[in-house]
Amino acid sequence: MDFLNALVAISNYILMPGIAYGSQLALGALGATLIYGILRFSNFAHGDTMAFGTMVTILVTWWMQSAGISLGVLPTALLALPFGILGCMAMVLFTDRYVYRFYRRQKAKPVILVIVSMGVMFILNGVVRFIIGPNDQRFADGERFIISAREFKEMTGLREGLAIKTTQGITVITAVLVVILLFWFLNRTRTGKSMRAYSDNEDLALLSGINPERVVMYTWLIVAALATVAGTLYGLDKTFKPFTYFQLLLPIFAAAIVGGLGNPLGAIAGGYIIAFSEVTITYAWKKVLKYLMPESLEPSSLVQLLSTDYKFAVSFAILLIVLLFKPTGLFSGKTA
Amino acid sequence: MSDTMKNTGLFALVGGLVLITGFVQSWNAAILIVNMGLISAIMAIGVNLQWGFAGLFNIGIMGFVAIGGLATVLVSMPATPGAWDAGGLGVFGALLLGAATVAGAIQVRIRMAPGRWRTVALLAVLIGGFFIFRAVLDPAVYAVEQINPAATGYLGGLGLPVLVAWPVGGLFAAGVAWLIGRTALGLRADYLAIATLGISEIIIAVLKNEDWLTRGVKNVIGIPRPVPYEIDLQNDPGFVETAAGLGLDPVTASTLYVKFGYGVLFLIVLLIVLWLAQMALKSPWGRMMRAIRDNEVAAEAMGKDVTGRHLQVFILGSAVCGIAGAMMTTLDGQLTPGSYQPLRFTFLVWVMVIVGGSGNNFGSVLGGMLIWFLWVQVEPMALFVVHLITAGMAEGSAVKAHLYESAAHMRLLTMGVVMLLVLRFWPRGLIPEK
Repeated sequence: MDFLNALVAISNYILMPGIAYGSQLALGALGATLIYGILRFSNFAHGDTMAFGTMVTILVTWWMQSAGISLGVLPTALLALPFGILGCMAMVLFTDRYVYRFYRRQKAKPVILVIVSMGVMFILNGVVRFIIGPNDQRFADGERFIISAREFKEMTGLREGLAIKTTQGITVITAVLVVILLFWFLNRTRTGKSMRAYSDNEDLALLSGINPERVVMYTWLIVAALATVAGTLYGLDKTFKPFTYFQLLLPIFAAAIVGGLGNPLGAIAGGYIIAFSEVTITYAWKKVLKYLMPESLEPSSLVQLLSTDYKFAVSFAILLIVLLFKPTGLFSGKTA
Repeated sequence: MSDTMKNTGLFALVGGLVLITGFVQSWNAAILIVNMGLISAIMAIGVNLQWGFAGLFNIGIMGFVAIGGLATVLVSMPATPGAWDAGGLGVFGALLLGAATVAGAIQVRIRMAPGRWRTVALLAVLIGGFFIFRAVLDPAVYAVEQINPAATGYLGGLGLPVLVAWPVGGLFAAGVAWLIGRTALGLRADYLAIATLGISEIIIAVLKNEDWLTRGVKNVIGIPRPVPYEIDLQNDPGFVETAAGLGLDPVTASTLYVKFGYGVLFLIVLLIVLWLAQMALKSPWGRMMRAIRDNEVAAEAMGKDVTGRHLQVFILGSAVCGIAGAMMTTLDGQLTPGSYQPLRFTFLVWVMVIVGGSGNNFGSVLGGMLIWFLWVQVEPMALFVVHLITAGMAEGSAVKAHLYESAAHMRLLTMGVVMLLVLRFWPRGLIPEK
């Protein structure tokens, strides 16, 4: 019984949050890694792109809520999501046309593009805060839990409860669908294949008649969709706050780099690695150990390896270890 | 028009903007802008050393600035009575143990042959060391934080004059930069950027959480000053008389006098740093740095120690940022770990360097002053614009209220627009590198 209790506690406090957070990070890292693979720079505005898409989704959600449109038990934000994606697509195409294209034509060094993306980051940050304000926004509605802790306890008779939030379920299902769609697109369609070709070898791709502007446009569209989905899921699961999205930049890049920049599969693995390490290391293990250890050995402290505020330190430490010992990432991305 | 004329004109323009602020708003506001502008200029020189001279992409400036601020607390605050006896030794012992663990792990990695046993030994050293570290640290920290937590609850400092903290801040930042540089400088540009961004976030997390060191989010207030207090000046009959002679009331005169005092101190530091940076730029060392920046492979082929030189300039630039950070905390009179934000302390400094002209020290100074002026003044300007736009709207309309509330966020937008415009049309900045 104690063993089962411990298992449930681990699922409740580590497995479920880890899977949900990992899926959100993976979607974010996929966007960053695609930009790196095709446009060949680290996009520092990625966190704010997520914030922008989410903001549009939230505004549409609010409008729908006021108009009485809802999805019943599911959050209304899912209905608003396509509009958010469209808004975000329009925004990234606009920035590409008026900001990035100029430097692409000039064949500017990647580091210049990184600096340019810092400028875009400032602007998006300002725009998002200007429109929706710098504070927390909650926009989740519908049923809160698939299984609540109390129902689970009544069902199983265990002392520990396992709560599965609706948002966690939605996050996982959506992430799986999005990833399947993305890989189908990259591996099966003509456009997807030309994107991969362009990412592998730009010159050869150009020689075989691939239109680089088209490839870049599709990349931005996909990235906008990924960023908006990732941002909305994160916002549903936690809350929406522009500054938090800016801070997500670090775990997202850590995930992308750990998996190998430019490698989509790696980005997904990296997302889960980072998420699980963060959750495991900042979790207070006392509850679990209490069930597993004999009473005499019960720990007196919380057995929390690091306080939750050090979660950046975790992503960073993993990032540094991977960079020092396997500079191309675990799934070998680009080195150049 | 010659370069000198143009550059003088640009500096005169900034001076003019400050004078307008003085006449339109208040002289206190104007001197405050100048003071923070001087500090920003020093930070910009630090970044320019790394990016402009050597092409190192460091976006962890905030961390070094915060380290400088920490130095101010550790040097100038009085020691908390009893804290050292309660847990000071424990804390330091724990830190030494932590360092010993890392050193031991490195030794294991170097000495033992690669293989499964080395991994096991490495993990044993690291995990065992971590738990011993926590076992020693936690009770000591608890003891320190129990001492009058409302007012102190931390170790305190050495109680030395605050001016000593400025070079110490530079040294602290240099030490941290050495640690980071040893591990992260081999990485290519984007990776170094992410690594430094991460480190700066960690430094802030440490300052926020380690209450025994910095009181965390409870903030350290009342840091000693290098200049007299306003209230003392107002009680000094000689000062009041002089002020009256100039036609000022004593309160305004005292605030102006204090700010002016800070300004003079900052200006002296800026001139020293600027002179050193200029000398470095013109020296063979500076030429070598730029040669490495422009073609690393060729420089390496000529026998230059690229990694070593990078480490050197990374440490120097970070030290300059640390000095600026210590100065800023001194000016604020308090250390507030919660107020450090990357947009304000890292990316804004980058805007200054890019706008001023990377590779040119005078450009950095100009960028620092000009961008700081904009950063402060965009908000009132935006409010003014909002005022004009909403003049025709009904009182109490939601749009009007929202616009007024949001005017504050215009500064981020403006910085982004300024940066993109400069990058597009003056990619080498206002005062380009020669």
